[in-house]
Amino acid sequence: MTSTLADIRARDWRALTRRQLFWPTVILVALLVFNLPFTPNFFNIGLRNGHLFGSLISILYFGTVPILVALGMTLVIATKGIDLSVGAVMAISGAVACRVISDATDQNSMSVVFTAMALALLAAVAAGLFNGFMVAVAGVQPIIATLILLVAGRGVAQLITKGFILTELSQPYAVIGGYAFTVPTGVFIVVGFVAFTALLTRRTALGLLIESVGGNAEASRLAGVRSRRIKMMVYVFCALCAGVAGLWNSSSLGGADANNAGLWIELDAILAVVIGGTPLTGGRFSIGGTVIGALILQTLKTTIFTIGIPAQANMVFEAAVVIIICLLQSPAFRARVVALGRRGRPSPGPQESVEPAAPATVEVAP
Amino acid sequence: MSTLKIDAPRTGSAYLRVLADRRLPILVTAALLIVMYSYGSYRYSFDIQVAPNLFINNSYLIVAAVGATFVILTGGIDLSIGSLVGFSTVLTGLLVTQNHVPFALAAPVVLVAGAFGGFLMGCMIQYFRVQPFIATLAGLFLFRGLSLMLSKESIPINDDTVAAIAQFHITLPGDAFLSVGAAVGLVVVIIAAVVLHATRFGRRVYAIGGNEQSALLMGLPVARTKIAVYTLSGFCSALAGLVFVLYIQSGDPRAAIGMELDAIAAVVIGGTLLTGGAGYVVGSLLGVLVIGLIKTMISDEGTLSSWWIKIGTGALLLLFIGLQRTVGARRR
Repeated sequence: MTSTLADIRARDWRALTRRQLFWPTVILVALLVFNLPFTPNFFNIGLRNGHLFGSLISILYFGTVPILVALGMTLVIATKGIDLSVGAVMAISGAVACRVISDATDQNSMSVVFTAMALALLAAVAAGLFNGFMVAVAGVQPIIATLILLVAGRGVAQLITKGFILTELSQPYAVIGGYAFTVPTGVFIVVGFVAFTALLTRRTALGLLIESVGGNAEASRLAGVRSRRIKMMVYVFCALCAGVAGLWNSSSLGGADANNAGLWIELDAILAVVIGGTPLTGGRFSIGGTVIGALILQTLKTTIFTIGIPAQANMVFEAAVVIIICLLQSPAFRARVVALGRRGRPSPGPQESVEPAAPATVEVAP
Repeated sequence: MSTLKIDAPRTGSAYLRVLADRRLPILVTAALLIVMYSYGSYRYSFDIQVAPNLFINNSYLIVAAVGATFVILTGGIDLSIGSLVGFSTVLTGLLVTQNHVPFALAAPVVLVAGAFGGFLMGCMIQYFRVQPFIATLAGLFLFRGLSLMLSKESIPINDDTVAAIAQFHITLPGDAFLSVGAAVGLVVVIIAAVVLHATRFGRRVYAIGGNEQSALLMGLPVARTKIAVYTLSGFCSALAGLVFVLYIQSGDPRAAIGMELDAIAAVVIGGTLLTGGAGYVVGSLLGVLVIGLIKTMISDEGTLSSWWIKIGTGALLLLFIGLQRTVGARRR
């Protein structure tokens, strides 16, 4: 047995590539570096009009909404659920806030702004309670349960704005979607939410409970986990995140557009979660992965913009990258590529010979 | 709680036996359609053309919903429907208007393109184990992007054949008429119903939706069937695109955005379970008609704003899901 240095290196390398965050991080870094030849000052950060400025800052700025929504979505997906209504909830929350502010006599009054925010978040929580009730108590499949609000929610938002694009000119409200202490306020919100969620799920048993509900809701219920309450909680949390994202969105736009606020954000968010390594089948989740996944998508959008791909080709480029990322993440695909590469060599590793692509999960009936 | 009730219908009362019938959701949808229609006739004094118009105005949705039904019956989902419909209209416009290809030749090309798109997504799902939701989401981006690349603007189609087909009326008794698109929709529903209930392929679709592992262990060609189902959905989307072309007489890269949600909603209202394995294609047809009737009634009301359509559809979804729970809770 001559275990050479190369062997050990190979083993370390393999262990590293199997780390959950490895591939997402590689993709993010690759995307960022890819920008350098096209935009030489891509990594520069300057100060303009009293706030930070640069491509990286703009990724963080516009990343607020996807990261927030994807964060809530991660926990929902970890319980084997899905929330399609986040875009509609964003629209409702923005509509409520702008309605309150634009109806007020003094738009700059702090009490008006706080009332608006509180009511908007209350509306979001109500939406989350509805979703949670449908999934946890009524036992409806998550994709259908949240389809209801996806369809009806935007109608409700339009009802609130009476079909117009509501504009508001409140200065305190503009801070949410603007800059605080030269840094985009969204960054503080995101860091706060991510840190809070990570602490709550990884430093307490909550994360484990969420994962156990996603692994097998019935078994965890029999084991004494209040799976209904946990499911309820993740949907409310997801809606709350979407509500905050809706506030940010309406604040940065200076108005509420019930038709377009958060349009298709549910797809971006789900994609970010999956790219981050949380499987749609539930049972485990990675908050760090989700943040990186959302940043990848946002960087991709910025990249498309900065390297001057014609606007019409945007979606094709995005689709191509998404397909590549999904294939890279698919163990079946990687096994096939590895098998293809090994065909020329004399002896393949015995332990992964026959069917590395076999589906590891066997469906357990609930 | 649900497991305890499984055997109840066999020994229970007639009431429970009715609840246990797997045709109940579809009967409820049919009953609701009749009630809504009667109320509409009474309140808005519908004329005889209203019923055929339901088919005419929703013909493309009927075709697309049939494809979605197959996919959902296997327990999958197809989010690429709307994009593929848009892509098909653009491709038709490009071929017919810009390259002067006769419509009779362009139509098969579009159908093959759509089916091939579905085939690719099916392969991604089956061989690389990408989840259907994600694979077809990539399809959604890809086909919408491709149609925008083919043409930024809507391409008018001024072809004589297309115009002739679009204006052709099939007369029905009592001065009513159907369009060619509506007839295509009906034919597709009939073919799909026959395929699902009288062919081996149809039984496989139900078997995979019921339990994929069991289907595999029984020796059913799961891989082939699953890919075929996504191919079929792609084909139906392309056909829906062609019907949509007859309807709008142009190739619009922004056509049918979000139509997959309407199709899925119609399938759900029609009583098909999203977990797969149970449902009828006729139910999806009824689902489309129910959604179409809401739109008709809200526009006839005149004073109601368009957003009530969304709220109404959502409320109806809620109603049907509630109904399915009372029935479906027992079955799960």
